[in-house]
Amino acid sequence: MADFEPQLTKRFNVKDGHTLKGYLATGGYESLKKLFTMKPTEVIEEVKASNLKGRGGAGFPTGMKWSFVPQNTGKPIYLAVNADEGEPGTFTDRYMLFNDPHLLLEGIICACFAINSHTAYIYVRGEFYEQIQRLNAAIDEAKKANYLGKNIQGSGFDLEIYVHRGAGAYICGEETGLLESLEGKPGKPRIKPPFPAVVGLFGCPTIINNVKTLCSVPWIIANGAKAYAALGTQESPGTHVFGLSGHVNQTGYWEMPFGMPFMDFLNNYGKGVKGGKLKAVIPGGSSCPVLTAQECEDLTLSYESMKAHGTMFGTGCGIIMNEHTDMAKVLKNLTHFYSHESCGQCTPCREGTAWEDRLLKKILNGEATAKELDLMLEVADNMEGKTICVLSSALAMPVRSFLKKFRGDFEKYLVKNTVAVPEKVQ
Amino acid sequence: MKVEFKPEVKKEFEAIAARYPVRRAALLPALWLAQREFGFISTEALKATADLVGCSPAQAMETASFYTMYQKQKPGKYHLQFCQTISCLLNGAEDVRAAVEKKLNLKDGQTTADGQFSLQGVECLASCHTAPCMRINDEYHENLTVEKINQIIDELKAK
Ligand SMILES: Cc1cc2nc3c(=O)[nH]c(=O)nc-3n(C[C@H](O)[C@H](O)[C@H](O)COP(=O)(O)O)c2cc1C
Ligand code: FES
Repeated sequence: MADFEPQLTKRFNVKDGHTLKGYLATGGYESLKKLFTMKPTEVIEEVKASNLKGRGGAGFPTGMKWSFVPQNTGKPIYLAVNADEGEPGTFTDRYMLFNDPHLLLEGIICACFAINSHTAYIYVRGEFYEQIQRLNAAIDEAKKANYLGKNIQGSGFDLEIYVHRGAGAYICGEETGLLESLEGKPGKPRIKPPFPAVVGLFGCPTIINNVKTLCSVPWIIANGAKAYAALGTQESPGTHVFGLSGHVNQTGYWEMPFGMPFMDFLNNYGKGVKGGKLKAVIPGGSSCPVLTAQECEDLTLSYESMKAHGTMFGTGCGIIMNEHTDMAKVLKNLTHFYSHESCGQCTPCREGTAWEDRLLKKILNGEATAKELDLMLEVADNMEGKTICVLSSALAMPVRSFLKKFRGDFEKYLVKNTVAVPEKVQ
Repeated sequence: MKVEFKPEVKKEFEAIAARYPVRRAALLPALWLAQREFGFISTEALKATADLVGCSPAQAMETASFYTMYQKQKPGKYHLQFCQTISCLLNGAEDVRAAVEKKLNLKDGQTTADGQFSLQGVECLASCHTAPCMRINDEYHENLTVEKINQIIDELKAK
């Protein structure tokens, strides 16, 4: 791998790297010196030029998102930080928050300065109790040292950051579900448009960004967009914290530039598949279409390669399955997850996710024929593109790809006699 | 039985409410305070929370019921939350959970008669690389095995 300097994880092994003292001793808050000599529009242009893409799953270009904020509404502008990390298979924001909370604060300062916001909320999933404590401690320290509050470091820029604890709901990771939750309501996503950049939190312009997206910004400001774009690939610049879970000998997370061949990552970092040969990979969290072992052969860790293989980069955390894995049981786990986490406001999602779960239960119980398999695909078609948010598609895509690529795993459960048995006599 | 927040907790809440331009936005933090103070979100706790925030009990109920971490019944002294999602499943979560269910004679949503342990199946805890995992109250326990979980429970029992 080409030489690179870790940006996101460089303090993970530094003693007291999470404290202000440890942070400052390792170059912390350095980007602010440059930041405050720039105009907000210049910051946005710099981030645009870096081609940084959102790390929360959708991969939307960050600089472009910031440029959508209208500056003439007379209303306050908010930043909402998405630290809800709930996508199954994903676990790296948890370590960013724990090991380097000040880096997130520095990223938030950069973002808020760029979009002209003076209040940011960090929405942290309720289970991250220790992370919340560290964040609050970091905010207190930063305030005392005037990295937050009024007139930060004499720049004239004011900013307050607050932590908001979630309470267990995957859907609050969806950006408008998150805003509803921040307003004290059930996290039911909002119809878009209007997009949150225009009408968001409390009816005001709001940017929602993932933890690692924001943690990537200080380096870009300090070192410039060019240096950032020189890392990784053209369409996937920079570094990321990639993860592996499931059937791997060495599970974990590693920061590296984008572009490494997936199999090298799996074999050199993950130390290979545990318990047998590779069967399948869900590359970026459970919502991404599954890949076969063969498809992984020429896959690289990048947005463009994942797309070319018919899947998504997602969160960059792969779930590995060995040859003994029963894909029908794995999909049953996902149908259960999505039906449990559906907020219930859209019929195709509420009914569709639960219907898929029931169909799969019937299949696993040995009570189904090929008819049910086809019905699962038909239900999936009716779940996509018909709902307020994409939770529904996030199940439809796995259903379709599992059934297409691993149909045999499902067929083995079917009633052998496929002559249709009438359900009732009359 | 009517319950009430202590004056110092009310004060604590006011400091939190001041972070938001709309008081209702402090409903999630208020429910967290209620759970801390009263042990779980009972109907009475809901009413007290609604009073504190200045919303209707129905609004407080709507929000509380949406989120799985607000306990609607009294949990055990040790509330075991088992991840039952994909990476934990792939690494033997079912066996670990079955061992606990057997050891404590508990099913999902139940509490032992002595009020010591309760069990809740939960979704991905963002600890997939240390699967299978669980939380006991607010603490993570990772890389679980049947042996390890039995030991943890024995230690808690002995406390
Ligand atoms: C059902 C659902 C759950 C999501 N969960 C998360 C999450 O836990 N964390 C996150 O950063 N983004 C999550 N997202 C993506 C967000 O909606 C949003 O795209 C992201 O926070 C934007 O930040 P970014 O541009 O920095 O990536 C989720 C999306 C959906 C549809
Ligand atoms: S699947 Fe269990 S922690 Fe993620």
